[in-house]
Amino acid sequence: MPESLFYFIQQLLNGLTVGSTYALIAIGYTMVYGIIGMINFAHGEVYMIGSYIAFTAIAALALFGIEFLPLLIIGAFIVSMIVTSAYGYSIERVAYRPLRGGNRLIPLISAIGMSIFLQNLVRLAQGSRDIAMPTLITGGVSIGPEDAFNANLSYMQMIIFAVTLITMTLLTLFITRSRMGRACRACAEDLKMTNLLGINTNGIIALTFVIGAALAAVAGVLLGMYYGVINPYIGFMAGLKAFTAAVLGGIGSIPGAVLGGLLLGVTEAMTAGYFSSEYKDVVAFSLLILVLLFRPSGILGRPEVEKV
Amino acid sequence: MMIQNLKPAVISAVVVVVLTGLLMGVRLEQLGTGLTVTGAGPDVYWKIAAAAAFMFFFNLFRDHLSALWKALPGMPKTPTTLSDAAEKPLVRRLFWCFLIAAALIWPFMANRGGTDLATLVLIYIMLGLGLNIVVGLAGLLDLGYVGFYAVGAYSYALLAMYFGVGFWTGLIAAGCMAALFGFLLGFPVLRLRGDYLAIVTLGFGEIIRILLNNMTWLTNGPNGIGGIPKPTLFGLEFSRRASEGMQSFHDFVGISYDSSHRVIFLYLLALLLVLITLFVINRLLRMPIGRAWEALREDEIACRSLGINPTAIKLNAFTIGATFAGFAGCFFAARQGFISPESFTFIESAIILAIVVLGGMGSQVGVILAAIIMTVLPEMAREFNEYRMLLFGLMMVLMMIWRPQGLLPMKRPHMELRT
Amino acid sequence: MTSTTPLLEVSGLTMRFGGLLAVDGVALNVFPQQIVSMIGPNGAGKTTVFNCLTGFYKPSDGKIIFRGEEIQGLPGFKVARKGMIRTFQHVRLFKEMTVLENLLIAQHQSMNTNMLAGLFKTPSYRRSEKEAMDRAAYWLERVDLKEFANRKANTLAYGQQRRLEIARCMVTQPSLLMLDEPAAGLNPRETEDLKVLIAELRQNHDLTILLIEHDMKLVMSISDHIVVINQGCPLAQGTPEQVRQNPDVIKAYLGET
Repeated sequence: MPESLFYFIQQLLNGLTVGSTYALIAIGYTMVYGIIGMINFAHGEVYMIGSYIAFTAIAALALFGIEFLPLLIIGAFIVSMIVTSAYGYSIERVAYRPLRGGNRLIPLISAIGMSIFLQNLVRLAQGSRDIAMPTLITGGVSIGPEDAFNANLSYMQMIIFAVTLITMTLLTLFITRSRMGRACRACAEDLKMTNLLGINTNGIIALTFVIGAALAAVAGVLLGMYYGVINPYIGFMAGLKAFTAAVLGGIGSIPGAVLGGLLLGVTEAMTAGYFSSEYKDVVAFSLLILVLLFRPSGILGRPEVEKV
Repeated sequence: MMIQNLKPAVISAVVVVVLTGLLMGVRLEQLGTGLTVTGAGPDVYWKIAAAAAFMFFFNLFRDHLSALWKALPGMPKTPTTLSDAAEKPLVRRLFWCFLIAAALIWPFMANRGGTDLATLVLIYIMLGLGLNIVVGLAGLLDLGYVGFYAVGAYSYALLAMYFGVGFWTGLIAAGCMAALFGFLLGFPVLRLRGDYLAIVTLGFGEIIRILLNNMTWLTNGPNGIGGIPKPTLFGLEFSRRASEGMQSFHDFVGISYDSSHRVIFLYLLALLLVLITLFVINRLLRMPIGRAWEALREDEIACRSLGINPTAIKLNAFTIGATFAGFAGCFFAARQGFISPESFTFIESAIILAIVVLGGMGSQVGVILAAIIMTVLPEMAREFNEYRMLLFGLMMVLMMIWRPQGLLPMKRPHMELRT
Repeated sequence: MTSTTPLLEVSGLTMRFGGLLAVDGVALNVFPQQIVSMIGPNGAGKTTVFNCLTGFYKPSDGKIIFRGEEIQGLPGFKVARKGMIRTFQHVRLFKEMTVLENLLIAQHQSMNTNMLAGLFKTPSYRRSEKEAMDRAAYWLERVDLKEFANRKANTLAYGQQRRLEIARCMVTQPSLLMLDEPAAGLNPRETEDLKVLIAELRQNHDLTILLIEHDMKLVMSISDHIVVINQGCPLAQGTPEQVRQNPDVIKAYLGET
């Protein structure tokens, strides 16, 4: 009996780990959607680029002889966030700003184009093969009996939880306390009116793309180190999953994105643990379709009232 | 004027360096079990520097450039006489007759490779036309179109493998199966807003591919299904030796066997399917349903106030679009003789979407033109192939900015009141 | 002119948006061939009542009986098919389509939409197409827009667009026409024409009309019955004369004096 309990705990921990990174990516979708009502289709690629930059940064720092682990990781975070911020900003400038205010399908298609472009840019620059990095953080604590089957909470998982928690707290503080955060919320409420009140809405929109991209980079660094393997195609699936998480929680709502991410991560881990890991993606998408069917506004989203 | 542009110019140059510096200027290399980085070489650095310089000067002189741009004479527009002529039904009919005649003559003029390539173009035309109903006419962004293509292909392949069903029965079955899938998927999701629909259909396409990959007992998984029978002409086979109880074409007509007969036959078959598709779409456009699609794109609320059920109208488009994908899939399976989940990835959906977008949403001549461009260009320049997807992506972005209505925007035939 | 059973019977209609009570217990009866007006200050909830009646909102509470059938909670297109057709406060034409096609779309439901019939142009398909064209031509004549039949709807002048919207409702052969501020933005001359048109529709086409309007001169001169709504609640109702003299109505319109 305890064995199956610890197996369950292990799956739960794995699910929460992956789920918290989904949540980080999902926030990017949700924030952009909250303000301009559009899906940033290229967001998954930003996450992928974040992973690549993190690997590059760690390898480069190691090349310069820096072996101190915290410094390597912090360096990876900083460099990766800076570069992906530039990507978030550029995506907004190129694929969204010139197209704002027209047919909603048009920016979506241009973002799909952007996504294909970025994926292939990385493929051409870095090759399409897997790139593996040796595990930097090993070990963990075991939950349960020492000698029998037990659940293991690795240090890497702890770092993922901690970083996610810190990032979320900082983001919440930023949104609720700062002037910029207030402007963001005002834009989400009514973009045109906020503009009339003299706030630089273009700047705010760009800012949400940048914040979303930086959070995706955080997820990219964490997941990259957790799995240890990256390739140019990981962004597509991760983006799709994170979008599912955002919709699940209620798109436009930041706590919703977190809840949706965790829920999706756990669902996937349970499917993989008790059924078959091949079908975990099928289950994730089926979950998306079911949620949209029965509660299109998501778990925490506000139902939209149509303006007639 | 230049001073105030200096700041954005510097920023854009810096952004370019940040974007490309680490991602392209440095290559990750696997070193044993470890990881290291090497510089990408001076040519890449020069490119990055050039891009940064370009952005710098572009932003510095953007006012001058836009003034210059305005001073340039406008885009050469189609002369009004020409576009007027294109409006006339007689001219249109002549144009289509010419096009069909050219398509009919093609396989007898071109070599085997040319005919083969043309068949591929025709498959993409059929897919493009089908997706065009959904995206261009009904305004529903379907990113999982390849899922229906896969359903069509596998329907025929499985029926042939397990029950020995022939091509023509398989074609009908594939169309019906794809329509059924379209209906079942569309029924719940078409109530959703446009961008949700895009993602759900994308997820659906992935589900289909994953299922095909993993249901090994049924589909043979990643190994695919081979030996799919080729199409027959009224029971005549196009092989050197007919299988049991069958007759081969060359025996029947009394000519010697030539493997190019089959290639030509496949081409003509694809052409026939495309013509049927064109006919159906042209009729649909002139029917109430075609009008309703356009009305729904314009104002869904007004449609509802007039008693039109938006979900039913959209479902119609979705199902019809899926059916054509099913036909195309069946033909694809028969032509290749072998299919595997590999052929039905998201990229395929993106290519079909790119054809629709490039051609002009809703425009049929546009789709034909775009399918030719998208299929023939990469074949013409093989060394180009490496950059094919990169340019696809770039083209989609630029098209949306520069000409979202596509190369040849649609004009739906309007009914006229004669007074 | 009034018969005993109402065509439309609304009781206790309530609409809540979150904590906001936009409509609270509105009741009204519309008898066949009546012209009933709904008036009230801006933001009183008149359009919300319209949206509830026509199925665009799902009312939180209350009963709507149309031709003896309960229709509350039905989706908008089903309500419309039962013969309750509305216009919008801001004209909602299919702007990129021609005037004629606007009228053909409205007849979608009554046309032969069978796929195969359309593909092969069967005689019954042609007949239904011809009928739709004839009906459209008739109504274009009636609202004086026949010469513009093949023009795009957004090229019409505002008054003409308003008339086209009414014609588009009429080709569906409704039994109840609901007009949301039909005179808004019209000049006095056009308002006069509108008044004549509404009276004529009721007279010759067995039509019942429910309208929201701010133009008191128009309301008082054509209505059989007036319902006054204030802050979502029914304030008063009766004949134009009764309403005109109701002290509550005067207070609501002129404020506390």
